[in-house]
Amino acid sequence: MSQPLLAVNQLTMRFGGLTAVDAVSFDVHREHITAVIGPNGAGKTTAFNCITGFYKPTEGQIVLTHADDRQFELEQMEDFRISQTAKVARTFQNIRLFGGMTVLENLMIAQHNHLMKASLYTLAGIFNMPSYQRAQKAAKEKAQFWMDRIGITDRADDPAAALPYGDQRRLEIARAMCTDPVLLCLDEPAAGLNPRESEELNALLRSIRDTNNVGVLLIEHDMSVVMEISDHVIVLDYGRKISDGTATQVRNDPAVIKAYLGVVED
Amino acid sequence: MSSQLPTLPALLPMLKRSAIATIIAFFLFLPTLGIKTAASGGVDGLFLQYRWSGLAIACGLIFVARMAMEIFGKKQDGTSKPAAAPSALVRFFGSAKIAKTVGPVLLVFAIVFPFLPFSDRYILDLGILIITYVMLGWGLQIVVGLAGLLDLGYVAFYAVGAYSYALLSIHFGFGFWMCLPLAGLLAATWGVILGFPVLRLRGDYLAIVTLAFGEIIRVVLLNWRGFTGGSNGLSSIPRPSFFGLPFNQEPGGFAATFGLEYSSMQRIVFLYFLILALAIFTFFVTGRLRRLPIGRAWEALREDEIACRSLGINTVNTKLSAFAIGAMFGGFAGSFFAAKQAFVSPESFNFMESATILAIVVLGGMSSQLGVVFSAIAMVGGVELLRQLQFLKVIFGPDFDPSQLRLLLFGLAMVLMMLWRPRGLVSTRTPTVFLKDEKTVSAAMISQGRG
Amino acid sequence: MNYFIQQLINGITLGSIYGLIAIGYTMVYGIIGMINFAHGDVFMVGAFVSLITIIIFGITGTSSVAVGIGVLILVAAISMVIAGIYGWTIERLAYRPLRGSFRLAPLITAIGVSIFLQNFIQATQGARVKPLQAIISGGFTILEGNDFVVRVTYMQILIVVLTFLLMTGFTYLISKTSLGRAQRACEQDMKMAMLLGIDVNTTISTTFVIGAALAAVAGLMYLLYYGVIDFYIGFSAGIKAFTAAVLGGVGSLPGAMLGGLVIGLIEVFFAAYFSSEYKDVAAFSMLIVVLIFMPQGLLGRPEIEKV
Repeated sequence: MSQPLLAVNQLTMRFGGLTAVDAVSFDVHREHITAVIGPNGAGKTTAFNCITGFYKPTEGQIVLTHADDRQFELEQMEDFRISQTAKVARTFQNIRLFGGMTVLENLMIAQHNHLMKASLYTLAGIFNMPSYQRAQKAAKEKAQFWMDRIGITDRADDPAAALPYGDQRRLEIARAMCTDPVLLCLDEPAAGLNPRESEELNALLRSIRDTNNVGVLLIEHDMSVVMEISDHVIVLDYGRKISDGTATQVRNDPAVIKAYLGVVED
Repeated sequence: MSSQLPTLPALLPMLKRSAIATIIAFFLFLPTLGIKTAASGGVDGLFLQYRWSGLAIACGLIFVARMAMEIFGKKQDGTSKPAAAPSALVRFFGSAKIAKTVGPVLLVFAIVFPFLPFSDRYILDLGILIITYVMLGWGLQIVVGLAGLLDLGYVAFYAVGAYSYALLSIHFGFGFWMCLPLAGLLAATWGVILGFPVLRLRGDYLAIVTLAFGEIIRVVLLNWRGFTGGSNGLSSIPRPSFFGLPFNQEPGGFAATFGLEYSSMQRIVFLYFLILALAIFTFFVTGRLRRLPIGRAWEALREDEIACRSLGINTVNTKLSAFAIGAMFGGFAGSFFAAKQAFVSPESFNFMESATILAIVVLGGMSSQLGVVFSAIAMVGGVELLRQLQFLKVIFGPDFDPSQLRLLLFGLAMVLMMLWRPRGLVSTRTPTVFLKDEKTVSAAMISQGRG
Repeated sequence: MNYFIQQLINGITLGSIYGLIAIGYTMVYGIIGMINFAHGDVFMVGAFVSLITIIIFGITGTSSVAVGIGVLILVAAISMVIAGIYGWTIERLAYRPLRGSFRLAPLITAIGVSIFLQNFIQATQGARVKPLQAIISGGFTILEGNDFVVRVTYMQILIVVLTFLLMTGFTYLISKTSLGRAQRACEQDMKMAMLLGIDVNTTISTTFVIGAALAAVAGLMYLLYYGVIDFYIGFSAGIKAFTAAVLGGVGSLPGAMLGGLVIGLIEVFFAAYFSSEYKDVAAFSMLIVVLIFMPQGLLGRPEIEKV
């Protein structure tokens, strides 16, 4: 394989005296599901926030390469540009939907930049010109496509906050996908889901990987999810990478067992 | 509590609570209402006047009011009230279909209003005032209601519009229709200039900074005498004409051209329709903007700014656009104000104006255009009516002018209305786009924004 | 140089008054996260109550210093109590019913209360300015140059000393007593504090009462220092005191005091060296500059955005 989709090199993040992420390097490949796991406080979310631009890393490079070989140095980009131009989408550990807006509106906002251009930055929109009408229709169809895919079409006109928890999680993923990302970052997508919902999530993520040509990077606590769907697992502990490989390799790594279970001392 | 009168044992604690309230009121009113400092003109400067009867009446009113609350009101436990079930009023205006019929009815009423038998000059002036505030309310609603940015200095843009019109027409002889877009543009430019450095601030800080900006602009208008005329303001601003026909008794005037008898009311009616047209324009533009991507982004910003950034929305530009477009409508209204008054001075643009417009938006309901109309009528019209009350002379003495109480009652009304409906008259939200059916979103779901 | 020192002294005096008002803002903002917009007007009411009480006691500049100071303490106590009742009532009627409700609602009621108080005082006390003869006059010369004499008045000393004493007392109150602990607990997490048995309502009411009482002292000082008040003094003093609270770092008592001093100095120096007409512009611009470049204030903690 040529350039990996995402290459994280020597990523370090310090808050005052605390080093939350310490010289971590790893790659994420296209059409792979890569999971970052680790005990609480291992620096998973911090690393994640660095990749998606919400924190500026203290040191290190994060390079994203598109299929056409365009490269983006994410650590130097403003957070909204990481989504807008580098095409990295994310979800949040505590779901951040626009609760007072409907499911459809949530999915339309994800297509904001595209629709803004189509509305000639509002000018064409004010006069409701045909070009804008077409773009609006297309955006609605795309939203419809994702609602069908996660099975909430019949709730399209309900406020997002009124959906059941599992649907909210999947809506957030659908919303992220509406930005046409090349890399989808999910912060604990299975948190709070029951086994059946968790199963549905796995199916959704697999189908996204296989049909949408995106890399998926996820943080997860739920080992059954991680082991079942991940092509590649990275283990962090105390801000350092302690293991990197396939699910089976990682599961049998003594360093990982030690981090999770502790060392038995006599 | 049942509707029949309470028995004596139940009455006693009520009496006790009312008595406590009265004692507190006594201490509140004693040094303010009960004793007045008056100038004697002598060396000592001040002496005291006592108004015991006024104090007694005020305390008596508090006791009666508190007892009425105890007997007829809901039980007050002092902590936060649970969300009240939507009242008939909310269900009525909250339904999208009703809103669609009430709107046209109001519009027709507004159009025939000047020709109704009771519409004398005073009533028409009041109508103009209310419509001006409706327009300002719709402008500010973009900033506060949709984008969730708390702006306490909106009057600054009203002032920029008014002074732009005044200066452009006095120095360059520009007509109203020429000045109007320029005033809007200048106000929008000021919106960007003021907005750019401060829009990163979190909610309440933004409020206080915009308040400071409003005050800075007022102080500058007051002291830059060479340019703005200082506290004397700018007078003899040319009045708008009817497509070139001035409203005067000259042969080329409006009345003579149309073969009508000259009346000063013609100009008032013209001004009325002018502001009505501007308000309708504002209604359609702001309503349309809300349904466009930019409007959805404003609301998304109010709901969750971090999520917006994660979706690639440039939040700074989005906020700036809300600020600038809101300011533009303030500028339009300001230039109408200058044209109507033919006079502008800094005193018209004090904090009270910003507070009034903000109260209209918040009381109207953050995202309902219809709500703004009702709250403007209640706030501006209702208070104007209260001003006519004469019975208050009993408390304050016969030489008391009830119009002094206008602002006092306004402040009181602001408090009471917010207590009555914290989320505004129309608290539901109509989605901007829908798949099958248009349902409104109930208030409990809508986020309040950081600003 | 002498002129500079004189302005420094004047600035510190004015800054002490702003600092006392700022404490009310900072405590209320700290505990319930709202700008108590009516606080500046409570300060104004305090000034009026002081004026009336002073006239009732009939003290004038000719009374002996001991009598003067003794009565002034009584005046301060009375206006603190009355202003405290105002603070309590405002919280009880206009803010408490809206706690936990729509966030903008209490701000609007606060503005409503502010408008009400201003116009209530205007209606009951008249719109004209109220002059008061100096009660504590005199002072001493500390520096004598060839063209300018630097003087410190007894009034200025009284203001600074009293402010210092009150500040020390209240800092002690907040850091050492159970009231202070309850306040800090409510600041961190109101729900949790309630679950742990802290009477949140009483704590918040007490905070309002303390803030109002300190504002009343500031009102008395303002009256004695300037010798003239009107119903409108609360507005601009309120904004400046809020600026001071933000400048010092919201929630920090020493910060409020420090911020008050800085704002007082800026205002006085700007008026002395540039333009007295634009001195408010200088103070408000300071607020904007501080918020943009140092939103956590001088002594506040920085805020990390939680994603």
